Amino acid sequence: MQILEGEGVSKSFGGLAAVCHADFCVGQGQVVGLIGPNGAGKTTLFNLISGALVLDAGEIRYKGKKITGCKPYQICRGGVARTFQSVKIFADMSAFENVLLGLLFGKSTGMSSADAAREAAELLEFVGLSAMSATPAKDLILANQKRLEVARALATKPELLLLDELMAGLNPTEVAQAMEMVTRIREKGITIFMIEHVMKAIMSVCDRIIVLHHGEKIAEGTPQEIATSRTVIEVYLGE
Amino acid sequence: MNNVASASRRLLAPGAITLVVLVLLATLPRYASAYTVIFLTSILMYIVSTVSWVIFSGPTHYVSLAPAAFLGVGIYTSALLGRTLPLPVVIGLGGLASFCLALLIGALTLRLRGIYFTIFTFGLVELIKNLLLWYEVNIMGTRGRFVVVVNNNTIYYVMFIIFVVTLLTAYLIRRSRFGLALRSIGESEEAAAHIGINVTLLKVVTFAISAVFTGAAGAIIATRWTYVDPYIAFNYLFSFMPVLMAIFGGMGLFFGPILGATVLGYLEEVLITRFPYHYMLLFGLILVVVILFLPNGLTGLIQRGGATLRQLKWQKGDGATKHANP
Repeated sequence: MQILEGEGVSKSFGGLAAVCHADFCVGQGQVVGLIGPNGAGKTTLFNLISGALVLDAGEIRYKGKKITGCKPYQICRGGVARTFQSVKIFADMSAFENVLLGLLFGKSTGMSSADAAREAAELLEFVGLSAMSATPAKDLILANQKRLEVARALATKPELLLLDELMAGLNPTEVAQAMEMVTRIREKGITIFMIEHVMKAIMSVCDRIIVLHHGEKIAEGTPQEIATSRTVIEVYLGE
Repeated sequence: MNNVASASRRLLAPGAITLVVLVLLATLPRYASAYTVIFLTSILMYIVSTVSWVIFSGPTHYVSLAPAAFLGVGIYTSALLGRTLPLPVVIGLGGLASFCLALLIGALTLRLRGIYFTIFTFGLVELIKNLLLWYEVNIMGTRGRFVVVVNNNTIYYVMFIIFVVTLLTAYLIRRSRFGLALRSIGESEEAAAHIGINVTLLKVVTFAISAVFTGAAGAIIATRWTYVDPYIAFNYLFSFMPVLMAIFGGMGLFFGPILGATVLGYLEEVLITRFPYHYMLLFGLILVVVILFLPNGLTGLIQRGGATLRQLKWQKGDGATKHANP
């Protein structure tokens, strides 16, 4: 079953077509990678899915229901959470409060404060930030800020998680930890759609990979197929 | 258990002080001079408009210069209806009129951010002032109108009730999950929207709630002025004062804006009476000094003082057990 489907999704900024007639789908329970050179339209596609941008043409369906035209908070409450390429944490609030907000306003509205506090502690534990619960988010190192963003996204109780360059700017140890975290999120039964530049990471954790170039989908397949695809190699390395 | 006990101990002192101050204020007209009562009415009005400004603008960082519009709408509600309707109804309608205006402005403009929002709210005061002026001069044929007179003690008591309700509302919002959500909007509005917060609705409703108190305060203060015209009712000063008072007091703590409004309101009165010719100059100097040297306002100074004091105690040794785990 497909949890997310896109049909003829297009978005242009002025004369520039950022995403152009893209068709894509993400199967329930899968980890799907989205790759492509800089400016390929990956983040724009995420912004279209999460409702930050409104698409010009096409349709996006989540669990068979059309979500185009929905506001970001509605899409989030529907069960689609995301992180951001440049971290957008609540800098002056503690790590705990960051996660708490996701719990109080995400999919499970009406949760009691005590339950939310307990679950926030569990989520911080899950991403390995228990010790930094009271630390203002701005004082965390980048790797931890990214973990915090994941915890906050998970707090909204998503069924589909959009990860936008989770591993960018992390050192090799941190990348390994992030990959391990992605696997654990998947084990919770959450579907993952991730943009990534770190090839080692994407090749080892993804079931399927979609390649975007100049806003168009140029390839799709298993990591093996993508790694050996002529078109993909040409786009990345030139002729 | 230990935590609960220490938490209640921590709340005991501020709670007791608050109670004493409230009782003193509630009984003020029984023992204070008429001058003190009138003077404190003004201070309470400043606190009401500052605290209600902070309800919205404090956590969200949307700097609104609309308080003068809300106050003015309250003032004119009182001027128009004061003779025909009982006082409590007039006060309520003043608040309601401001609420509706804020709802309208909010729905129209809260998609504007930063300086654009500020400039719009600033322009709004001028727009309403001039519309009203045009209407009075061209349609009514007279500028301004007389307001029904109410005795000073009644004005004081009404203002005191508005003051208590404002403080209570501000405190409850700040402590609630919506207070937390408002702060998240100030930190990153985009992220807030993506974790399920209906940012537009939250902003508009909070903005409108914060306008109620300023409107109600305007409706009652108008009765003290006996005559109002658009220049008096929609005075820019009432837009800038809440902002200055909030910065002056410091917005980090709940009582910061209250302290700022009280001290600045007192200073204004003292400077006007003692140095009528140099009042603005001195007032400006004080503001400049505070903003340069106390970026976190008066409460920042108090917090720093407290930290230094604790450190001194620690060095002496007698604070070691008491403050080992603050």
